[in-house]
Amino acid sequence: MVNGDRSSQKAHIFLPTCHPRAGKAKTLLTGDNVFKAFTAVVASSIILILGLMVYYLYLGSRSSIEKFGLVFLIGVDWDPVRGVFGALPLVLGTLVTSAIALLIALPISLGVALALSEYMPKRLSNVFSFFVELLAAVPSVVYGLWGIYVLIPFLREVVYPPIRSSFGFIPLFSGPIYGGGVLTAGLLLAIMITPIMSAIMRDLFILAPSTLKEAAMALGATKWEAIKVMINYAQSGIVAATVLGLGRAMGEAMAVTMVIGNRFQLLPSSLFDAWYTMAAILANEFIEAIDHLHISALINVGLLLLVINLVVLICARLVVWRHMKVVGGIMRE
Amino acid sequence: MSSPYKIEVENLNAWYGHQQVLIDINMKIKDKAVTAIMGPSGCGKTTFIRCLNRMHELVPRAKVSGKVIFNGVNIYDNGVDPTWVRKRIGMVFQKPNPFPMMSIYDNVAFGPRIHGIGDKKLLDQIVRQSLEMAGLWEEVKGDLRRPASALSGGQQQRLCIARALALEPEVILMDEPTSHLDPISVAKIETLIRRLAEKYAIVIVTHNVQQAARVSDYVAFFYMGRLVEYGPTKEVFERPRNELTERYVTGKFG
Amino acid sequence: MTKLHEWFRHLKDKLVLLLAHLALIAALTPLFSVLWEVFRRGIGAISLDFFVKPTPAVGEVGGGVANAIQGTLITIGLASLIGVPIGIITGIFLSEYGETRLSSFVRLFNELLNGMPSIVIGLFAYALIAIKIGFSVTAASFALALIMIPIVSRATEEALKLVPATIREAALALGMPRWKTTIFVALKGARKAVATGVLLAMARIAGESAPVLVTMGYWKWWFAGFDRPVAYLALNIFLFAKSPFENWIALAWGSALILVVIILGINVVVRLLMREKRL
Repeated sequence: MVNGDRSSQKAHIFLPTCHPRAGKAKTLLTGDNVFKAFTAVVASSIILILGLMVYYLYLGSRSSIEKFGLVFLIGVDWDPVRGVFGALPLVLGTLVTSAIALLIALPISLGVALALSEYMPKRLSNVFSFFVELLAAVPSVVYGLWGIYVLIPFLREVVYPPIRSSFGFIPLFSGPIYGGGVLTAGLLLAIMITPIMSAIMRDLFILAPSTLKEAAMALGATKWEAIKVMINYAQSGIVAATVLGLGRAMGEAMAVTMVIGNRFQLLPSSLFDAWYTMAAILANEFIEAIDHLHISALINVGLLLLVINLVVLICARLVVWRHMKVVGGIMRE
Repeated sequence: MSSPYKIEVENLNAWYGHQQVLIDINMKIKDKAVTAIMGPSGCGKTTFIRCLNRMHELVPRAKVSGKVIFNGVNIYDNGVDPTWVRKRIGMVFQKPNPFPMMSIYDNVAFGPRIHGIGDKKLLDQIVRQSLEMAGLWEEVKGDLRRPASALSGGQQQRLCIARALALEPEVILMDEPTSHLDPISVAKIETLIRRLAEKYAIVIVTHNVQQAARVSDYVAFFYMGRLVEYGPTKEVFERPRNELTERYVTGKFG
Repeated sequence: MTKLHEWFRHLKDKLVLLLAHLALIAALTPLFSVLWEVFRRGIGAISLDFFVKPTPAVGEVGGGVANAIQGTLITIGLASLIGVPIGIITGIFLSEYGETRLSSFVRLFNELLNGMPSIVIGLFAYALIAIKIGFSVTAASFALALIMIPIVSRATEEALKLVPATIREAALALGMPRWKTTIFVALKGARKAVATGVLLAMARIAGESAPVLVTMGYWKWWFAGFDRPVAYLALNIFLFAKSPFENWIALAWGSALILVVIILGINVVVRLLMREKRL
């Protein structure tokens, strides 16, 4: 690639003085430099925006932070009337529903990725990949709508009753079934994060060197044993995909609030009970909150969600960087 | 019952889709000897050895006809399990391909483990013996837990050989095993091959005519998918029967 | 090495194959169920009224989503006005000067912004804008623009990378300064890919309801100024879905149907186009 700006700068110095552009020889204001500076400034606005995001959310949370401080993180009351707010149940709800989502989505995404990359002929695989990607394009609100009117009745009539009768001796699976709640939210989240996770894993498997599986096969391995070698190789990527799925699940507001029941309590009585998450309370209460402290507490929850999400995303990035280093090292051999 | 021939190839034909890559190959591979397969690029030599351990069929749209008789069994018969074939007929590839994220130990132990050996003491013994036979033991015995990717190219290839040996195969197939290595590693591996030939049947594909002359007892010359000439190395090189062979070994093409 | 062990190995092999395909079916079933239900329940709501009448008042029969369609178009338009140029310029920066230290930071932050929960982005827009001028289209568009930027930026960067170097070199050899070749030659060559990126970004924000909720809230009337809210189709679904009114619920499904048709339609068309390009 031609070194556009550098060589054109040098050229100015060597041009004869009668050259039309010789006059600009000493200035830094070449078109290329201006362009580079301009695009750089615009691009850097993203960095500024993220900084502002943290700052403004902090500003908005100030009243809440001043009143509750770090106790907000372990507070278990949420009462707009009395002016008491605590986020612990929300954090727990977010973590648990996301964990359920991952527990379901991880093996399924793995299976989907294997089916698409290892077990199907290319053309069929492309068709099915296409459908899986379409899953990701459905708006959250539509998933929520479907959740309320299709998934919940289905779970309530067909799926949950047998689960409760078989496993009801465990407290997790006892209790009244109304169709929505913790498990339902986790399931809906799993459906929503599967397309991203399986797409990443599928690409990971396609990019894995074929010599790996070849070597395993030559030693008399079955296809599954060879795949296990490949999965071992791609482990960092799988972790990264999982972490990304986690981030997505934690931040999902609309679909969750439509099926989880929106009940603020420290712990639900069972998996069939209603609960709450950080994102869900924001979707549910924000526009109706009028009391300043209430709004501030909600923004505080938003700040908390932002920080947790940033941590998760940065961890995912670190995992990918380490994977690249290891894989890069191997590829260079 | 112990025939001097380990593998007998009868009327072997192979295709990639519509393209025929091997035409009517008939050959008998001697036990406890090194058989070299040589020929210009594209002559079918790699396809040939991949037919010997049923690796050819892993490529989509690959087809095979004919017989490959190993220990009295045609490996292409209906009831034959390819994983059984590949356990008994091992393969070493052109570019060393150890499992990079696994340790040296786990690489060598991989074969025995998937075939049912779980006993740690037994595995330790197998790993040690295989690495010794591959001439790598002295260099790695200090730390077997190191990842395979930490080894040099030549060491990695010897690791792959050890990995194949761990299954105690009867035949070892080698597809241009030294073409990516430095001269010292090449020499080491050629010496190793001569040593292994005391115990196993070795089939080595090589594009290097001098290597074929150095290392093999028998040599087969392939050209455009056909077996042009096959015989004891000395004979084929000193008194080739076919004009093509003569031109190839004297370096006039390829 | 026993016969039983061998049999077990091969059984595991076949089991995994079965499980992988079952997983695929499990993953795709919700998709087909959603599409089917949205179609089945939404088609009944589609009528002429649906497209010309605004949100019905509480207790009123019938009604439509005309104002929501109007509002959505205005909001997406305004958001694109902000988000698309910034996204494209960022993409140009990343592709042209992608080796610099700054670009690694920009890429990282782009990725962080892309992974931000949309409701948090909405809260930011609230704290920045809505807190001063009130719930408004402006605040909502700003939030949606932020969501668009990483999508458009990545699409632009990829598109520019695909432009063959020979085309640029030809222009440079004719004396065109580098920045001009980027804009007039490379970007021109990449415009289809960039356009599809923009379309996808628009489709994405058309489906976003969380950031719109916290910056605009609900609005049942027509456009009334940039400092006021407008009705947003995706958000309406949220409002109508939880209501007890039959006609509102029907409107929710109808809105879901047209949203899904448009959003998936754009995705399908774009992917088909991109596939042709690769061949």
